[in-house]
Amino acid sequence: MRKTQLTVSMAALSTSAFLLASCAGGSGGSATSSGGASSDAPQELNALVWCDHTDPELLAPFEEANNVTVNVRDYEGTGVALGILEQSQPGDWDVFVVDSVDVPRVAEAGILAPLSKDDFDFDQFFSEVQLPEIHELDGTLYAVPEKFGYNTVAFNGANVDAEKMRDLSFLWDPELAGKIAIYDYYIPVMEFVGLELGIEPQNITVDDLPAIEARLVELKAQSAQVGDVVSTQTALATGEVEVIVGGGEFSTSVLNAENPDLDWILPNQGGIRWQQAIGVLADSEKQELATKFVQYIVSPEGQAALATSSCYWGMPANKNATLTDEQKDILRWDEQSDFIANSYPYYIPDADLDAAMLDVWTRVVVG
Amino acid sequence: MEHQRRWQGWVLVGPALLVTLALFAAPMVMVVLTSLYRRSGGLTDRTLSFDNYIRLATDSTIHQALWNSIEVVALTVIFSTLIAYPFAYIVAYKVPQKWQALVLLLTVVPFWTSYVVRSYSWLLVLAKNGVINQTLVSWGIIAEPFTMANTRFATVLAFVHFFVMVSTLTIYASLRQIPRNLGLAARDLGASPLSVFLRITLPLSIPGVVVGAFLTFVLAIGDYITPQIVGGGNELVLPQLLMLQVSRMGDFPLAAAMALVLLIIVAAVYAVSAKNLTLERKR
Repeated sequence: MRKTQLTVSMAALSTSAFLLASCAGGSGGSATSSGGASSDAPQELNALVWCDHTDPELLAPFEEANNVTVNVRDYEGTGVALGILEQSQPGDWDVFVVDSVDVPRVAEAGILAPLSKDDFDFDQFFSEVQLPEIHELDGTLYAVPEKFGYNTVAFNGANVDAEKMRDLSFLWDPELAGKIAIYDYYIPVMEFVGLELGIEPQNITVDDLPAIEARLVELKAQSAQVGDVVSTQTALATGEVEVIVGGGEFSTSVLNAENPDLDWILPNQGGIRWQQAIGVLADSEKQELATKFVQYIVSPEGQAALATSSCYWGMPANKNATLTDEQKDILRWDEQSDFIANSYPYYIPDADLDAAMLDVWTRVVVG
Repeated sequence: MEHQRRWQGWVLVGPALLVTLALFAAPMVMVVLTSLYRRSGGLTDRTLSFDNYIRLATDSTIHQALWNSIEVVALTVIFSTLIAYPFAYIVAYKVPQKWQALVLLLTVVPFWTSYVVRSYSWLLVLAKNGVINQTLVSWGIIAEPFTMANTRFATVLAFVHFFVMVSTLTIYASLRQIPRNLGLAARDLGASPLSVFLRITLPLSIPGVVVGAFLTFVLAIGDYITPQIVGGGNELVLPQLLMLQVSRMGDFPLAAAMALVLLIIVAAVYAVSAKNLTLERKR
């Protein structure tokens, strides 16, 4: 009797412990196992990427042309990517897609391999996104710009006045109470809120955080949801909300065919410009193949597929991307020079400010 | 002979022991070790310290998330039990025995679909243009859709739907083990049906209630998906805060410490309810 009781008890406790342990170990564990996607196999390439690079339409042409399988592991946020790399064996990963603003610190840490400038035709890139001061270290190229877009406001034009949305302060208007979803990436959203307060992202300090927090609390009170790209997209598409704060072309472009009213705008106060770059990992044993993949991604064909990826759309860094006129319209190709002029590069704070910002964000969303 | 039997015992238990060591004990040791590291300057500092636990003990935001977790899970356990008990009682005592297995099977069928799909299904049901709101509006009961999705109510409702089956099965198993002649004897001695239930059936079925409540507690307190999808991220529970540390900061050490706190809470609940964690009827 006692034995049976003990057995049931132990089974229950073990199950509980295992479930909870998997809660913490899940991400780390899967990172290691993904890395185990056999980097020894000669015709495999392992890429650590944002989810837009997981689209088979993007990968298939390269895989077929080079008889290679590209294994992708997607992540959100450079901190997570660095955690994955830390827990992997040297050589597990070959290609790294990273926020452009993080390239200097990643390159300084010796994570990225130097690239030859001769391998890329920089004349094809929009001059505004070339940013050699970010992608190069002491004159050596470490990553190539590949895609950019905006963290701003996405909205349903059928129910929200686009002209009103041009004023960032409209987000705090009672008219939008309960109709807002907030994208849960704290850095661009807090920087966006900072713009409403007249603080440019690169000027944010710890002293500015109380004011940003107060404004963020008010915005949270207006919102129905705080969620990731997919859940905020779903909320906008199903009519649960009318506005995504921190959203942009990446939120609505992929839904445009189903509902052309879903739109995005850059307010008069500006928006946050995100930009991705792609490089080769220093520990990769397939430098040549990895470089070839980078060349494919920034080629006109690769750029068109990346810009219209099923995960999220964004502007290609290569101005010769083979996009259709309709796709260019959705991306607001012709307005980019104005948008770039009125937006601020996504600014990554130093570790202390980053931690302080996450603390503020956590306080706000915990409720 | 004795030596050979002992050797055979190790051979028989060996595979299970190895699996347990490899898949449970070793990862647990890694989680404990990781919780003693700290994230610093974007990298993991492997110097052992209790910094993460000190933060867990002093950070009011984490306390709030933990309190949110406990409140949500407590509501889930209470409502799951309140719904499961009468249902299990009806199945055990009112439904003819030959149909009982079928009824129980039907209660389990919805759980053959994916957990994530079920969460998104609830989101669509509870949305402003979902089935409930649209029905109420079309019947003229309400003028405007009201907010149900992305709330604590939605999280608890989804949890109760997911876990009520667990309590139903454990309570049913407990009720089925109660000899019917106990109730008949009590009735023969003049006890009312209510008295029979309160003084015989309910006390003897408590182990099933406790096992169901414990399993519901364990499954709900570590759940990240349902609060994230259905709750809308408007008030974070501890697993969401844990995921925030991992997904945005790559802070695996703090996340590991949070996971261990959850484990300690489960162990504490286990210790409190251990006496009743059996489905066998006590003699």
